[in-house]
Amino acid sequence: MTNSNTHHASRRAILLKFLGSMNLAITLLVAVSVASIIGTVLQQNQPYSDYLLKFGPFWFEVFKTLGLFQVYSAVWFLIILGFLVLSTSVCIYRNMPRMFREMQDFRLEAQERSLRNHKHNNEWKVAAPIEECMSVSNELLAHHGFRLREKSGDDYQLLSAIKGAGSRWGYLLTHIAIVLICIGGLMDGNVLLKIAESLGEIKVEKRNISANEIPEISRLDSSNLSYRGNVSIPEGGGANVVFLGYKDGYLLQQLPFTIEVEDFRIEHYASGQPKSFESDLVIVDETLKEPIRETISVNHPLIYKGVSIYQASFGDGGSKIDVKAWPLVGGKNEPIQLKGVINQEQKLQSAQGVMNLELNDFRLFNIQPSPEEGRKFHNIGPSIQFKLRSEIGEAKEYLNYMSPVETDGRPYFMSGVRSSPAEPFQYLYLPADSSGSVHRFMAFYNRLKDTKTLYQLALKIASATDGGGVVPEGGQEEIAKMMSMLVGIYVQGGMDAVVGAIESRIPEEKREEVAGIYVKILRHLLGVVYINLLKDEGQSIDQEMSAFDSQFFEDAGAAIGAIERYGSPFYLQLESFEHIQATGLQLTRSPGKNLVYPGCFMLALGVFLMFYMPQRRLWVYFRKRDGGVQVLLSGNAVRNEMDFAKEYQQVHDKLEEVFSPHT
Amino acid sequence: MVTSNQTLKLELGQRSLLQRLKPIDWIWTALLLVGAFFVYSEYANLMDLYEKGILVLTAVTLLVMGFSWRALQLLTTLIALLSLFGLSRYGGDLAQAEQDFFLKFMFSSQSAIMWMSALYVMATIAYFGWLFSQIEFVGRVASSMTWGATMMGFVGLMVRWYESYLIGADVGHIPVSNLYEVFILFSIITALIYLHYEKRYETRSLGGFVLLIISAAVGFILWYAFDRNADGIQPLVPALQSYWMKIHVPANFVGYGAFALAAMVGVVYLIKNRVVARNPGGLMAKQLPELNMLDDVMYKSIALGFAFFTLATILGALWAAEAWGGYWSWDPKETWALIVWLNYAAWLHMRLTKGWRGAPMAWWSVIGLFVTLFAFLGVNMFLSGLHSYGEL
Repeated sequence: MTNSNTHHASRRAILLKFLGSMNLAITLLVAVSVASIIGTVLQQNQPYSDYLLKFGPFWFEVFKTLGLFQVYSAVWFLIILGFLVLSTSVCIYRNMPRMFREMQDFRLEAQERSLRNHKHNNEWKVAAPIEECMSVSNELLAHHGFRLREKSGDDYQLLSAIKGAGSRWGYLLTHIAIVLICIGGLMDGNVLLKIAESLGEIKVEKRNISANEIPEISRLDSSNLSYRGNVSIPEGGGANVVFLGYKDGYLLQQLPFTIEVEDFRIEHYASGQPKSFESDLVIVDETLKEPIRETISVNHPLIYKGVSIYQASFGDGGSKIDVKAWPLVGGKNEPIQLKGVINQEQKLQSAQGVMNLELNDFRLFNIQPSPEEGRKFHNIGPSIQFKLRSEIGEAKEYLNYMSPVETDGRPYFMSGVRSSPAEPFQYLYLPADSSGSVHRFMAFYNRLKDTKTLYQLALKIASATDGGGVVPEGGQEEIAKMMSMLVGIYVQGGMDAVVGAIESRIPEEKREEVAGIYVKILRHLLGVVYINLLKDEGQSIDQEMSAFDSQFFEDAGAAIGAIERYGSPFYLQLESFEHIQATGLQLTRSPGKNLVYPGCFMLALGVFLMFYMPQRRLWVYFRKRDGGVQVLLSGNAVRNEMDFAKEYQQVHDKLEEVFSPHT
Repeated sequence: MVTSNQTLKLELGQRSLLQRLKPIDWIWTALLLVGAFFVYSEYANLMDLYEKGILVLTAVTLLVMGFSWRALQLLTTLIALLSLFGLSRYGGDLAQAEQDFFLKFMFSSQSAIMWMSALYVMATIAYFGWLFSQIEFVGRVASSMTWGATMMGFVGLMVRWYESYLIGADVGHIPVSNLYEVFILFSIITALIYLHYEKRYETRSLGGFVLLIISAAVGFILWYAFDRNADGIQPLVPALQSYWMKIHVPANFVGYGAFALAAMVGVVYLIKNRVVARNPGGLMAKQLPELNMLDDVMYKSIALGFAFFTLATILGALWAAEAWGGYWSWDPKETWALIVWLNYAAWLHMRLTKGWRGAPMAWWSVIGLFVTLFAFLGVNMFLSGLHSYGEL
């Protein structure tokens, strides 16, 4: 062997020793743990805009560069896993031959002196033939389940016994399992995608465009080895692609077949909670004579051509809705009749310019915690969720319920509003009239918007009351003008605006007194408008107003005061709908599981073998001495010493009975 | 010394397992078979193939465990009898829980669990009483109360299982589906593992310490029931409707229970270590078990926990492949399960290959409990994910 060769060989040995060392393995395990903790503390795979908002531009860039938004597919994390596989493999490579040797090695070369060094050893002097001693020991150890080998020399015999090779098999099984599981996991991860991306073969699509507009470079053909993607298919529709979320965008995965959805169903428990989500699927494939029809549900996927199809979510598949848009600002009073389709948008002419109405969702059921005792949940009926976007692109999001919802025992049309998806909805409560519609409120509100009629009415009131403590001194026309102006301010900006108007016009010292008068005037006029409305509805006004009607007046006042904050030029009232659902499917192709599952089995088996079948060794050494036999029992165990001590004691006690009986 | 004209004779015990069995074992086998057949004939129509398999495996496991630990024979028989009695008092009407005397005060799931709670707390006190007084009677009372509490906990869960079907045939499910139920499971499994070691190592001195953590779990159960009213039976969300729940959850709690026990043994180890150094003649130094025994129990318990936790995580992955569309999604619960697993894997490597022993390992075992606790509770409280079944 040349000098360079030995040098080479020793370098290789050092490298193997390093890779297979326990220290490296522990370091890698710690690194995986730390990375995993980061991945759970920092929520993964969120839209990049959310991260930007949360961390600011500087840290966003830092985290992005470190790959912290997708820790588990970050290059450095994959490298750590790769090293773990390598380290474990080297560990197995280095230890396996020794393990197999030791399983078969009965240590027959053991010397008397070395046997005495074991933790457990005992001695007897027996005046019986050596063969007899040997056979009785043999019998006993075999009875205790030991495998035995014998060796004889000139004046001695050695009986060597082993029990339980589980710890060594356990080591092999668990460590090979780890390698298999990691390799399988890496196969099912997106390593290949990352390589293809770095080679420029694929490019992430970030735009929100329809599937057939997606360019070739963002598409993956159906030969792709592993993927896990989602697709939403409306009832009656079909799809032959899925979307793979990737970094801050997605890729389009072509499927080797087409999935059609005939029906999607949600079943509910009596209490209202969802009980099952089911989709009736039809798999259409050229290679099939007949399409496959199968119903899938949560926990019951369909597997076809190595692709598993799971029930993952559901949503709206383009429900058709009829909506009445009641103008809340401007001169128009008549509602606009609209037809809409969920997931589509349309233009809407308003007093504030052309708005873009984006219909985002329709829900048939809304299960809410019930205010009643005893029933935990109840259904408050259908709702629509939409955005109204102004010409400059600002949008608010709304959530409108179709039916009035009981709150504190009274029915209201609820409409939630928020400026960003991160906020909770703030609700506008429009009181429903006795026939359960929004008409009375809208009629009342429209009358308050009608400045001309309001002025006439105010003039009438002012003339009729001539002071009387309600109307201050001054011309009646002045008063009527002020009254209608106050209502105008109120309708446009609520009570806050009225207070603002008082503050800007009246000197501070008089403010309190005047404010009181103004509020009285305002309430009086509102009251008269309301009573006139009831009269026009055909109610008799001679009797005292019913509790319902007077509470309605208060609620209507509160609602009008909140309209300014509501910030929409319309109230959209959902009138009717045709519900079309979409099922959310997840499709997975994971060939890695053919390694992972056997790996898991080996891991479980190995762990139990390792702990519960530890290796134990016993030796019985017989030497002819002084006409008799000197018997030496000796034993050791690598682990579970306390259990072994007990077992040793049992063997010892039996031998004691035989070799030195007390009788 | 044996003389040369005598023949050496070995009196070996009976060889085979069958010959080693006592009459009581045969009665036990018969009872278990009858029980399994009864369950099968009564409930087969509610079970799928896998669940029938689980029933058979459960019966076989119980049989084998009963042979090697005869106390289980009495425990399971009593659990079965009391549960059947409770079931019969219902007569198919859930309202009986409030009307029937036996249900109201003993065997409705809520009452049985209250008994369990009270007995565990009293057993904790009794164990400490025994530790300081060494009166044998007190020790026996402590052990009996722990057995009794465990029995009532099992009875409570069995009856609760039945109650869930009384609410609605489609609501019925094994009661391991929310935090309230799994805390009961945790308590009784931890207690059983402890009782096993109590017998095996013939010492009660760990009892008080292990029961402390069970008492803490009981505290949580009571708070959860009375303050949060979270003790009601809720129908299962679709993702939980699977036979996997019957094996994944119990396996997990054998793991959690064993880790918790190991941590408490770690605490005893550290106390013993300290009192031996400071006051070797003191009461504590005398009463607490030897350090090497504590070390052994700690290792055994972590090994047991690790084996079952590995199994549970694998079962969880297989279930996830059916319910969530992939065997591993780096969901926070999965990730933390991995962290717990890596932690104990490192502990075991250090002990088995590097030979680490003593106080550092005891400390590590105690810290391990906090990692486990975060995986069990912290993930539900602070992190959102797919596995959000037990929310606080």
